[in-house]
Amino acid sequence: MEPEETKYELRLYVAGKTAKSVTALSNLKRYCEEHLQGQYKIEVIDLLVQPQLAEGDQIFAIPTLVRKVPEPIRKIIGDLSNEEKVLVGLNIRPVNSE
Amino acid sequence: MVNDQKKELSTAHPQIPKTPTGISGLDEITQGGIPKGRPTLVCGEAGCGKTLLSLEFIVRGVIDFNEPGVFMAFEEKVDELTMNVGSMGFDLNKLQSENKIKLDYIHIDRSEIEETGEYDLEGLFIRLGYAIDSIGAKRVVLDTIESLFSGLTNQGILRAELRRLFNWLKTKGVTAIITGERGEGPSLTRQGLEEYVSDCVILLDHRVVNQISTRRLRIVKYRGSLHGTNEYPFLIDDDGISVLPVTSLKLQKEVSTERISSGIPALDKMMGGKGFFKGGSILVSGTAGTGKTSIAAFFANETCNRKQRCLYFAFEESPNQIIRNMRSINMDLQIHVDSGLLKFHAARPTLHGLEQHLVSMYKIIKTFKPSAVVLDPITNLVTIGSVSEVKAMLVRLIDFLLEEQITVMFTALTLNSAVTEQTDEGVSSLVDTWLLVRDIEFNGERNRGMYIMKSRGMKHSNQVREFIITDKGIDLVDVYLGPEGVLIGSAREAQKLQEETGEVLRNNALNMKDREVGRKRKVLESRIASLQSEFESAEEELNKIYIEEELIKKVTEKNREELTRMRRGESDPDDQKD
Repeated sequence: MEPEETKYELRLYVAGKTAKSVTALSNLKRYCEEHLQGQYKIEVIDLLVQPQLAEGDQIFAIPTLVRKVPEPIRKIIGDLSNEEKVLVGLNIRPVNSE
Repeated sequence: MVNDQKKELSTAHPQIPKTPTGISGLDEITQGGIPKGRPTLVCGEAGCGKTLLSLEFIVRGVIDFNEPGVFMAFEEKVDELTMNVGSMGFDLNKLQSENKIKLDYIHIDRSEIEETGEYDLEGLFIRLGYAIDSIGAKRVVLDTIESLFSGLTNQGILRAELRRLFNWLKTKGVTAIITGERGEGPSLTRQGLEEYVSDCVILLDHRVVNQISTRRLRIVKYRGSLHGTNEYPFLIDDDGISVLPVTSLKLQKEVSTERISSGIPALDKMMGGKGFFKGGSILVSGTAGTGKTSIAAFFANETCNRKQRCLYFAFEESPNQIIRNMRSINMDLQIHVDSGLLKFHAARPTLHGLEQHLVSMYKIIKTFKPSAVVLDPITNLVTIGSVSEVKAMLVRLIDFLLEEQITVMFTALTLNSAVTEQTDEGVSSLVDTWLLVRDIEFNGERNRGMYIMKSRGMKHSNQVREFIITDKGIDLVDVYLGPEGVLIGSAREAQKLQEETGEVLRNNALNMKDREVGRKRKVLESRIASLQSEFESAEEELNKIYIEEELIKKVTEKNREELTRMRRGESDPDDQKD
């Protein structure tokens, strides 16, 4: 498995700048920098601004992180405070394995 | 919130605003609909019609009340849903394209979802809010929100969020239906949703008793409003859901004094010569083979002869069978069927549950609008329900028919033993007129006797009549009441003959006596005549003596005077000769 070849497209759905959303975004950024440096793209969608987008990705909880690429789509809801779960959920292996 | 409710209860008079569901019957039970601007919980087991009820609420809202609605499905996809209700004539696609309805499917798949840390359901709120605002919805359905519990593990968050959701729905001012799956044990829903939705809870039930299923609906609670508390059967058919309320909660029916003939003149005569009351209910009960169906058919025939419509529910025989059988007693029902006045509806009782029968009767009656209805026989219904259920059903039917001013005739089979007092269905107390046809076994033959057990509000004969079915039809004959008791059938005929013979004999005897008297008179008269003549001759004899004596006396006198004169010497020339 060559992690460099995998491109991660992540989408984070939030609703305004709530504490949970802010935590989630900062957590996500931290994990990505740590494990997926240069291979990821994060798109943040604020449903308060674009409510019509909620339907497309079947969003009902906030915040929700959606891994669009690679397939299959995975969703992680919550403020992403548990690093282990996020990494497993996104199927990310640490670049430098322990 | 709670204080508000209490206030509303205590003042009671200004009714809480309600949103009519448009579902037939439901609005009657709830006296106007479900609470406006509040969530209502509809719960029940799988397959009991929750989704349909809630969807119909939305569709009827659009069609009948012009209130757009949002249907948020957690279980079925939009196209599945559209297809499922398409069979009932609800075209969801069209309504969606007209922006009257918004269907939204929320897909929750646990395998796709990982939970980590804090979250809320703001996404759901946003979606719902967006859907509501985009079409100006007044009605919202969440079906079934409990799916969230299967998709998410953090119950604490879910419960808090649900509470927030229901409050939020209230602030949105939409009338909402939330469906929930029935849980095990005493709770109404698996996740205890009733804790959150406390204004109105409707419980749907789908029970199978004796292999026959019946759907029922009950308003478990309805804050701030009166409501029917019973279990009401409901039916899902081509037109959606129909709930059957007991319409008779009031017993304030119009009554008619008009009378209609039973089709049997002699029977009419037993009821003051006029027959039944229009809009009344008539029960004909009797043992097997006593001619109940014939009486019913005569009644149906008579109704059609008056150019009125009659609906005949046959639970035992097929229409053709009835028509054929009635031909044998000189009645042609076929012409009425052809002219459209008579309609048969034959169904085996076991075809479906009682309630379904009731609903289908209801519907046929509503569309056919008959002036008379025959149910033949109601006894068979007992095979699919308990006596009390059948009774409840018949009460409802009778009430419905009375309200519509339709005369109804039931036939009921009574078991051979204790015939008189009660029919199996226990409806005898409900009906206005109760005719009893009995077998009377006597003298080696079986005859039919009929009498009127009761007939409310009219003079009726208390006599047992013999009920005769011949090629020409039905007739009632007075039974013979003699010194030996009641005689019927051939015994009555025999008695009649015997009486006739007796009369001839008596007449003969009388004639003989008359002649005897005549003769006696003649004899006596002749004797009187002879005595008379005897008397006359005796009288003559006596007279003769008397005259002779007179003559003697006269002569003697004369002689004495002569003598005297002669002595004196004065002779008479005549005297000298002597």
